Amino acid sequence: MSTNASRSAARVMMAPAVILLLGWMLVPLTMTFWFSFRKFLPMRGGDLGFAGFDNYVRFLTSSSFWPAVQTTLIIVISVLVITVVLGILLAMLLDQPMWGQGIVRILVIAPFFVMPTVSALLWKNMFMDPVNGLFAHLFKAFGAEPVIWLTDAALPSIIMIVSWQWLPFATLILLTARQSLDSEQMEAAEMDGAPLLKRFWFIVLPHLGRAITVVILIQTIFILSTFAEIFVTTSGAFDTRTLTYLIFQRITDSQNIGLGSAGGVYAIILANIVALFLMRIVGKNLDA
Amino acid sequence: MGRIVLDQVNKSFDGVEVIPPLDLTIEDGEFTVFVGPSGCGKSTLLRLIAGLEDVTGGQIHIDGKDSTQLAPAKRKLAMVFQSYALYPHMSVRNNIAFPLKMAKLGRDKINSKVTAAAEVLNLTDYLERRPGLLSGGQRQRVAIGRAIVREPKAFLFDEPLSNLDAALRVEMRLEIGELHKRLATTMVYVTHDQVEAMTMADRIVVLKAGNIEQVGSPLELYSKPKNVFVAGFIGSPSMNLLEGPEAVKLGAKTIGIRPEHLSISDQEGVWSGIIGVSEHLGSDTFFHVKCDAFPEPITVRASGEVSLHYGEKVFLTPNHAHLHLFSDDGLRIA
Amino acid sequence: MARSNSMQLKMLTTVAAWSIGLMIFFPILWTILTSFKTEAQAIASPPLFLNFDWTLENYQVVQERSNYMRFLWNSVFIAGGSTLLGVLIAVPAAWSMAFVPSKRTKDILLWMLSTKMLPAVGVLYPLYLIFIELGVLDTRLGLIVVLMLINLPIIVWMLYTYFKEIPGEILEAARMDGATLKSEIFYVLMPMAVPGIASTILLNVILAWNEAFWTLNLTAAKAAPLTAFIASYSSPEGLFYAKLSAASTMAIAPILILGWFSQKQLVRGLTFGAVK
Repeated sequence: MSTNASRSAARVMMAPAVILLLGWMLVPLTMTFWFSFRKFLPMRGGDLGFAGFDNYVRFLTSSSFWPAVQTTLIIVISVLVITVVLGILLAMLLDQPMWGQGIVRILVIAPFFVMPTVSALLWKNMFMDPVNGLFAHLFKAFGAEPVIWLTDAALPSIIMIVSWQWLPFATLILLTARQSLDSEQMEAAEMDGAPLLKRFWFIVLPHLGRAITVVILIQTIFILSTFAEIFVTTSGAFDTRTLTYLIFQRITDSQNIGLGSAGGVYAIILANIVALFLMRIVGKNLDA
Repeated sequence: MGRIVLDQVNKSFDGVEVIPPLDLTIEDGEFTVFVGPSGCGKSTLLRLIAGLEDVTGGQIHIDGKDSTQLAPAKRKLAMVFQSYALYPHMSVRNNIAFPLKMAKLGRDKINSKVTAAAEVLNLTDYLERRPGLLSGGQRQRVAIGRAIVREPKAFLFDEPLSNLDAALRVEMRLEIGELHKRLATTMVYVTHDQVEAMTMADRIVVLKAGNIEQVGSPLELYSKPKNVFVAGFIGSPSMNLLEGPEAVKLGAKTIGIRPEHLSISDQEGVWSGIIGVSEHLGSDTFFHVKCDAFPEPITVRASGEVSLHYGEKVFLTPNHAHLHLFSDDGLRIA
Repeated sequence: MARSNSMQLKMLTTVAAWSIGLMIFFPILWTILTSFKTEAQAIASPPLFLNFDWTLENYQVVQERSNYMRFLWNSVFIAGGSTLLGVLIAVPAAWSMAFVPSKRTKDILLWMLSTKMLPAVGVLYPLYLIFIELGVLDTRLGLIVVLMLINLPIIVWMLYTYFKEIPGEILEAARMDGATLKSEIFYVLMPMAVPGIASTILLNVILAWNEAFWTLNLTAAKAAPLTAFIASYSSPEGLFYAKLSAASTMAIAPILILGWFSQKQLVRGLTFGAVK
């Protein structure tokens, strides 16, 4: 349903958005790319010339690299497992008939809307503080020694905070997907004599399959770039330095822009790989 | 005033030719119906005339002026869509007033025109309502009202009655016919229902796969179909198209005879056969007779009182004055 | 379908759901409660749940001493500004993608979405340099532009899905009725798309308000919004839990309320249609 007139109008109308996003993509990216190939230390003389692949090699061989990768993997996988498993269970629960379902939904969704800095500080001070935090009180009530969360168990603490923030997202998505399941399928299965668990395994879970994949992909992309929570609690200390944070420190603390940029390029490639999978699923849906 | 000429108009989508080069003239004041099976290009043709799609080649002249490159608004045509396409957030009054507002008419002028149109279409009581609260027939009328106030050179209807139930359809058919008589404006009407075509049209354009198979008055198409396709398309129930040795005997590949032009008797006749399923409508009865001479059953119309039963042996006699002969390539011989 | 124990099941489910819901909500609840306590009572052991002396002094102190209102205003300005700017640019783009689609439309849409996947840290330094060069470091304008850019894909996407739900024939009717493109969009499309536009604005204001990378790294004293303000509380001096709670409650309350209304939008906007 288009004419030449409307088609040229369409091109003009899309232009601002496309041009802006193109600029947003290309300009900073090109600069990062450029910096990654140079030895650039603003605090010690600035641009010191072409460095070839030095930065790339140094980034990978630095002693902090593999620990950072490990930390990142642990955080991402743990948060994914926690949020998806609990998300599925919660979604199942919330789908059942109950009183006050609307309010329970609000309670469960709320953490997603709390800004990351608030949530990090909330957990850091009110719960995890070894002297005054609630966990400390709890532990003492049971006669146990309170855990110094953010030093002794820093990684689990971060995982706890990030999971708390993302559980609502997973739950909401999975609940939406669950509710799109035709009730007749379930009823037919019940008539066929299938017990609850089998019904869940053979009908609900496969139906949720796509939603679970989407949740995993989207959350991976965003959790990879977790920043505020670490910034505000541990600043990367005690083994909580993710790849993102490592790059951040290279740029802001060590002020080694060349190195940090090389790291940035790695991060971009990684994110793009995940994005590729996600876009393929989205693309399939767009055709539908 | 509203004369539309299509000169070698053709349309392709993505390299696929949907409408091969086509010539057609629609005279001023004529009620022309585009009819054909799904996908034959009738709606596309209408949209080309409206200007909602660009032609790939050829020219469209409206009222003598070359309008091929004109925007829809400038062609002074009005269109009634299948889904009515009413503005859901505006009242009936504002819906009808919208084109006048776009033409920058003064408020008083707009009001008087809207009131006039509403009266003609029996919508005066509904002027302040939103389309969502109207019935299908009422929405239909609002769509027509919106078209009327524009005082267009021609009205374009895109299957407007498809969404209505049967009784309403009959009623609206008559109303649209009335409208045409009263306004005497050119109307181009698209439908897949050949009954609508036959009852409403001054001239019918039968389309198949983008090609015009025949143009003519309803009666012409009924009694002198140019080819097998038109013969089988027009008329309900459709013409019996028969092949085989009987056809060859008469000098054609296919012969056509309408159910109403066959007589049935249990005593004597030209072709013998056995009665299969019969449909009793009260006023008429349609028998499906399996004849020895032909591979397919023949439909015969008889008066409602004739009483013949499944499995009975009967004889059919065609009325030779209404026998159509078609050659090998489907074209009419006699 | 006869269920003899459905009442029991419903009660069980309700208890279970409420318990879990309250557990999840508890940190927020605790923060709100603590904001009304005195500092001494905030760290009392055993912790006081509801039986303390409710006071509003923390709210007062936070507002007076730390110029809270300026940070609040910055958040409002930045979140609102970036969203509105985004909508202005996105409406025409979404119109053309929804109503005049071409073979490339889907690819362009996917590409736009993929720009949101860009890890911020990868372009931190270039952006920092650009900001200094243009003199917009620590300005609200600079932040409005950046946040607009990172949310533009979502805004375009959401508007696109809402526009697609509008029957194209109605716009064609407007064209036949003599409407120019501007009239078509202004008189017909926008009024019909108002709920969709409102939902899009809602979700994106929330996302911009909570954004915590660029707002932390590209601002200092002047343009810092609430995210940065709260972050500055992370190095404590003396008793401050109650004040932190008050500041936090004020920072998150508006978004919690908005968030409640935007659940459906969240699903639509952040899963890019892959989940219905």
